[in-house]
Amino acid sequence: MKRAYDLAIIGAGPAGISAALAAAASGARIALLDDNPVAGGQIWRDGPQVRLPALARRLRAELAAQANVDCFAATRVVALAGPRGLLLEDEQRGWRLDYARLILCTGARELLLPFPGWTLPGVSGAGGLQALLHGGLPVHGERVVIAGSGPLLLACAASARRHGARVQRIAEQAAWSTLARFAAGLPRWPGKLWQSLRLLDPAYRGASHVIAALGRERLEGVRLRQGGQIVELECERLACGFGLVANTEIAQALGCALRDDAIAVNDWQATACDGIYAAGECTGCGGSELALLEGSIAGYAAVDEHARAQALWPQRQRWQRFAEALRTSFALDPALRHLAAADTLVCRCEDVPYAALAGHAGWHAAKLASRCGMGACQGRVCGAAARTLFGWSRPAPRPPFTPARIATLLELDDEQEPPCAP
Amino acid sequence: MNARRCADVIVVGAGIVGAACARALAQRGLEVQVLDDYRGGATAAGMGHLLVLDDNPAELALSAYSLQCWRDWAPRLPAGCAYRNNGTLWLAADAEELALAAAKQQRLSTHGLDCELLGAAALRAAEPALRADLHGALKVGGDGIVYAPNVVDWLLAHEHIRRCRAQVVELDGAAVRLADGRRLAAGAVVLATGIDAGALCPELPLTPKKGQLLITDRYPREIRHTLVELGYVKSAHQATGPSVACNIQPRPTGQLLIGSSRQFGSRDPGIDGTLLARMLKRAVHYVPGLATLNAIRCWSGLRAASPDGQPLLGPHPHRPGLWLALGHEGLGITTAPGSAELLAAQLCDERPPLPVAPFLPQRLLPEAADA
Repeated sequence: MKRAYDLAIIGAGPAGISAALAAAASGARIALLDDNPVAGGQIWRDGPQVRLPALARRLRAELAAQANVDCFAATRVVALAGPRGLLLEDEQRGWRLDYARLILCTGARELLLPFPGWTLPGVSGAGGLQALLHGGLPVHGERVVIAGSGPLLLACAASARRHGARVQRIAEQAAWSTLARFAAGLPRWPGKLWQSLRLLDPAYRGASHVIAALGRERLEGVRLRQGGQIVELECERLACGFGLVANTEIAQALGCALRDDAIAVNDWQATACDGIYAAGECTGCGGSELALLEGSIAGYAAVDEHARAQALWPQRQRWQRFAEALRTSFALDPALRHLAAADTLVCRCEDVPYAALAGHAGWHAAKLASRCGMGACQGRVCGAAARTLFGWSRPAPRPPFTPARIATLLELDDEQEPPCAP
Repeated sequence: MNARRCADVIVVGAGIVGAACARALAQRGLEVQVLDDYRGGATAAGMGHLLVLDDNPAELALSAYSLQCWRDWAPRLPAGCAYRNNGTLWLAADAEELALAAAKQQRLSTHGLDCELLGAAALRAAEPALRADLHGALKVGGDGIVYAPNVVDWLLAHEHIRRCRAQVVELDGAAVRLADGRRLAAGAVVLATGIDAGALCPELPLTPKKGQLLITDRYPREIRHTLVELGYVKSAHQATGPSVACNIQPRPTGQLLIGSSRQFGSRDPGIDGTLLARMLKRAVHYVPGLATLNAIRCWSGLRAASPDGQPLLGPHPHRPGLWLALGHEGLGITTAPGSAELLAAQLCDERPPLPVAPFLPQRLLPEAADA
């Protein structure tokens, strides 16, 4: 099966939804693709326990009302197929989509850094815990420690409390002085004043980071460095948010240039490749407000409504400054690169410990020798960790971008079979 | 060249062939310096299928001798080398191919190799995942599989071998110049850089034959032998256009490694989707259940092919001090042990274990190079 669209948008988080809505008025035929069962991205992940914000509900309703936008949920991009084509897979089948223009809103994933005990049941990413809570994970009465860096920790703590968990500690690695500067600047951005107040949370500590997750069969406690002191807290859950990694695999395969480990775009949200735009966290992490604006600009630009796109530049600039404040305030302490012990697993798919990677010349050599990154996650987790730990460069992505059925890959043969002999 | 003598022999290239040569020389008591730029080549990309091929007597002799070496090494190989003596099944889709299988059995048996002709029923019993209408197969019992990158590390772990990351930019007899300007000399230089050798030695008649591979996720083991269609030989020998053949290898991890394809002239490392799909179509044709398995990775590599399909093993006829061990096309991992013995025997003036004439570089380099 093959379908053609004027515009394809990969990713239906805030940026993708906003891009689709901006472009829809033009009448262009639009395909909005997302690998989750429903639109919303990571920040508006839906589920049985979820009451989405009003804005998310409004945007989803608007999206549903667009006759010229086809939404394909639970649909993954497997490979490029021809010069302006994508190979897709959903639960039932593999199929191909041709586009004239493309907007990448592929978002970001959590950076998971290895430390002793991080593979124990009960330990997750901060975003991972939020997703589990949205999915209905019961945590009522459980003791939770949240560690890492950035506003995601506070959002995670709020979610955990809403679900009845007892948040024992929010350990932010940034120094108090940096946090105070960041908080003092927050009122410059609408809706962010409350965030500065959350820093007064009694469980919140600056200059603190995780050293080890403790426990035998599952998590029983956590060891933290708080300023100059080592403390141990008992808990049932530990959620770590060390930051986000832009999902750039598809962009790289298309030949789009990267900048600071994210997709490089110009004022129109256009990438280095003709007709291909990018918006949201995949162009650098800045939060949903920035993603919505970037999405709109990309959506307008992709249907040549340049005046409407340009009208949003000043607003975008304001939120770019917020993104910049986030980046400088929550830059990772180099100490976090040295948490892993020799036997700490870095690659969970293939059970590869830190010692098997250290000392190699680069990712390729380490992978060949240790099988690191050869598992089903395709190095998404351990590759990003290894880049942070060892400074290795990012490998060129190859299809399939996500595990895909062999039957799906058969669709890549688009040439006519030679006629059979009678 | 004002070069510092660093060893008895410098081996350029730490793929499986370079590593095997270094080992064979070190075992003869020579001090060996191995230089490699870690860019990775066919050893990292290949399937690691250890198989006897018999398109001509020289290939049969070298591959059969090498397989025996692999079986001798087997007990000493670390677990990470993933050696298995699982055998190859050459699949016959029709009566004509079954006749080919019988002829192949004749040739291999004459050479003293363990092989057995399976009829349709025996084949179904051996590999129930195969399509039911095949006519039979030739089972070659001595064939195996290996994870070659870790074999390289094992081969190079020897007291007489030093390994160093360095890019060689110029060859000068028994000396080399490195990218950082240093010059190193030895009694001999062995060039074992596969398809990349052309940059240092442009007169070598090597052409790239690109191959693509795919590996699945882990599944309960249903396939035990390496499955190759007899049409593989036809496809591998096609002179020009791209070709594909069914080659399915069960890895010890429970994954299936699926090949194979050949493309001429391309050095683009990217995956050709159309060719990948056609290759997979062949595999699914033989093992229909593959269609529902998840693929997790694809990659490509370049085979270094010589005009007559045989490797170049021996002295460079016009560059005294330079020795060649390259041009193995798709058989480098299989024939690395035999290639190394042939090279080391010549270099040390010993009697070689096999006739060396079919592999001498001078057969392909008859005239003096411009250099």
